[in-house]
Amino acid sequence: MSTVLVITEQRDGKLNRVSFETIVAAQKIAADKGWMVQAVVIGGDIASAAAEVAAKKLEKVYQVTSSKLAQYTADGYAAALKSFLAQKPATLVLFPHTYQVRDFAPKLALSLERPLISDVIGYKSESGKLVFTRQMFQGKFAADVSFTGEPPYFVTVQAGSFRGDQAENGASAAPIETVNAALESSAVRVKPHDIYKEAKQAVDLTQAEIIVSVGRGIKEQKNLEMASKLAEALGGELAASRPICDAGWLPIERQIGSSGQTVSPKLYLALGISGAIQHLVGMKGSRSVIAINKDPEAPIFDVADIAVVGNLLEIVPALTEELKKAKAEA
Amino acid sequence: MKILVCIKQVPQKDAPLKLNESGTWVREDVSYEVNEPDAYALEEALRQKEKNGGEVVVITAGPARAQQVLREALAKGADRAIYLEGDEFVGLDSASTAKAIAAAVKSENFDLVFTGLQSDDYGYAQTGVLLAEVLGWPHSTIILHIAKEGEGLKLKRELESGYFQDLDMPLPAVLTIQSGGNKLRYATLLGIKQAKNKPMTRLQWKDVEAAVGRNGLKIEKLYIPEKHKRTETIEGPPAEVARKIVDKMRNEMRIL
Ligand SMILES: Cc1cc2nc3c(=O)[nH]c(=O)nc-3n(C[C@H](O)[C@H](O)[C@H](O)COP(=O)(O)OP(=O)(O)OC[C@H]3O[C@@H](n4cnc5c(N)ncnc54)[C@H](O)[C@@H]3O)c2cc1C
Ligand SMILES: Nc1ncnc2c1ncn2[C@@H]1O[C@H](COP(=O)(O)O)[C@@H](O)[C@H]1O
Repeated sequence: MSTVLVITEQRDGKLNRVSFETIVAAQKIAADKGWMVQAVVIGGDIASAAAEVAAKKLEKVYQVTSSKLAQYTADGYAAALKSFLAQKPATLVLFPHTYQVRDFAPKLALSLERPLISDVIGYKSESGKLVFTRQMFQGKFAADVSFTGEPPYFVTVQAGSFRGDQAENGASAAPIETVNAALESSAVRVKPHDIYKEAKQAVDLTQAEIIVSVGRGIKEQKNLEMASKLAEALGGELAASRPICDAGWLPIERQIGSSGQTVSPKLYLALGISGAIQHLVGMKGSRSVIAINKDPEAPIFDVADIAVVGNLLEIVPALTEELKKAKAEA
Repeated sequence: MKILVCIKQVPQKDAPLKLNESGTWVREDVSYEVNEPDAYALEEALRQKEKNGGEVVVITAGPARAQQVLREALAKGADRAIYLEGDEFVGLDSASTAKAIAAAVKSENFDLVFTGLQSDDYGYAQTGVLLAEVLGWPHSTIILHIAKEGEGLKLKRELESGYFQDLDMPLPAVLTIQSGGNKLRYATLLGIKQAKNKPMTRLQWKDVEAAVGRNGLKIEKLYIPEKHKRTETIEGPPAEVARKIVDKMRNEMRIL
C-alpha cells in the first residue's frame, strides 16, 4: 500500500499547529486514494511531541532523533530525512509550509532528484492523478500543478488551507518507532545560535479593537497622515503591510502578517493592501474586514465582508469627514 | 568578496494580468519590474562590496524583455552581468532554473550567491535553496543582515511571528534575502551612463540545456480562484461610499 508521510514540525517539543493541518490534508488524500498515513517527528528531545502526534489516526509515527538534530539546521534535517526515506519509502511526503520547511525541504527533494510543489492550498484527484492547487502571481491566479516523474512526491501545505481541528484521532495511539539518524559530524556546516525577539514592543496591536491598516496603495509617505486621521476618527490603531514598514514609513512593530503581528480586532480596515497570503495570515481572524482597493480582483476582497472598489486617496478623507459628522450628531 | 546576485523580472505589482487562450499561462503583454526581494539582494551585495571590496555580478534567466533588470542593476553599481536569454526560461520550475544558473556560472568562483527569498510571480520560494544544493554549498534563507566575521559570515535570519536567529556560515554559501534589511538606492545619472560600457555575457538555452534536464512539475491549468466569502461590494462617488460605510459600521458592525 502507498504511504503518505507527514513531516511534522516542532520547536522545543512544541508542535507547530500547521503540522496538524498537514495531517488533515494527508488523511483526506489517503481516504480518497486508499493509502495509509504515517508521520515523522524530528529533532532532539521529542518524545512528548511524538506522543501528541500519535493520538491522531495514523498508521505509525517515527521519531527521527539525534543529538545533532537538537537545534534545527537545513543540513542536519535534510541529511537525516534523506536517510530515513531510504529506509522507509513513501509515495507522497507532505510538510507544513513554514519558514523552516522552506529552508530545508527543497534541498531534501533535490538531493533525491525529485521536485517539490510548494505552498499548496488544496488537491484534486483527476482520473487517478493527484493534482495540487497553489496560488501564483500573488494570489491573482490559482494553478493546478502535477508531477511529471516518479514518486516520491514532495508537497508543502500552506497554513490555513486545511482545518487542524478536523484531524481524526485514532481509536488507540499509533505505534511510535524510534529511528536514530546517523549523521556525520561534518554534515552540518552552519552553526545556529538561540532564537530571540527584538527589544520589547511599545504598541500591542493584538489588543486593539479597531485597526486601520495601510498598504502600498497609499503611494507616498505623506499620505499616511490621512490614514492616521481616519484611525483617530475611529479610535483605532494604525498598522501596515510589510512594504510600508520595509520603507521605514511605520515601525516594524506595526506590521501585520506572518513576520509581524497576528491580530483579530472587531474591525480591520485594509487600505490599498493586495491581500498576499503572508499578510492574510496576520488578520484573517478579524471579526469584520472592510477593504478599500482600486482593483476589483484584489485577493484581499476574498476575506473582506465589505469590498470598497475605488481610489483610497479620495475615499479615506471622505470617510473621515463622514465619521466626524456621525460623531457630532450622536 | 565576489558575489553573484540572481535577479528575476516579474510582472509589475499593479499590472492587470490576463490568461492566455489555453488557460495555461499569463499573457506577456504587461509591464515588468524587478522582483522586489531581488532588489534588496542587490542592495546588500553592493553594500558588502563597499565594505569588503570585491565584485558584484548579476544574472537573470528570461526572454528579451528581462535584459532590463540587468541594465538597472549595472546602473546601480553592479560590475558585470550574465544574461541567460531565451523564451525557454519562462515557466521553468525552480530546480531547472537553479540548474541553468549553476551551469551558467560554473567557470566562475563566487564566494557568495544571493537570491531573493521568493519570486512575486511564481512564488516557489525554492530557487536559492536548490542552487545551493546543485553547487554543493551550505545555505540559509530569509536573511536580513550579513556581517563578515573571520573567514565566514554572521547572519541574521527572520523567523515567524517576530522571532530572529543568528547563524555562523562558512563560505562559499547561498543566501536568500528578505526585503527591508536595507534602504534601496536609486541609479544615478552617472551610473546609468557607466552601465552602457559594463560587460554583459550572453548565454542561450542550448548552452545550459544539457545541465537542466526536464521540468519535474507541470502546470495543468491557471485560473482565477473561486471566491469563498460572500462579500458585499460598494462602489460610487467617494462621499456616497463614505456614507454607506459609516451606515454599515453603525448598524451592522455596531462599532460606532
Ligand atoms: C517570507 C515572507 C514573509 C512576509 N511577511 C509579510 C508580513 O508579515 N506582512 C505583510 O504584509 N507582507 C509580508 N510579506 C510580503 C507579501 O508577500 C506582500 O508582498 C505584501 O503583503 C504586499 O503588500 P501590499 O499589499 O501593501 O502591496 P501590493 O501587493 O503592492 O498591493 C498594493 C495594493 O494597493 C492597491 N492600490 C494601489 N493604488 C490604490 C489606490 N489609489 N486606491 C486603492 N487601492 C490602491 C493595488 O490595487 C494593490 O492591490 C512577506 C513575504 C514573504 C515571502
Ligand atoms: N529566471 C530567473 N532569473 C534569475 N533569478 C531567478 C529566476 N527565477 C528565480 N530566481 C531567483 O530565485 C529567487 C526565488 O525564486 P522562486 O523560487 O521562484 O520563488 C528569486 O527571488 C530570484 O532571486
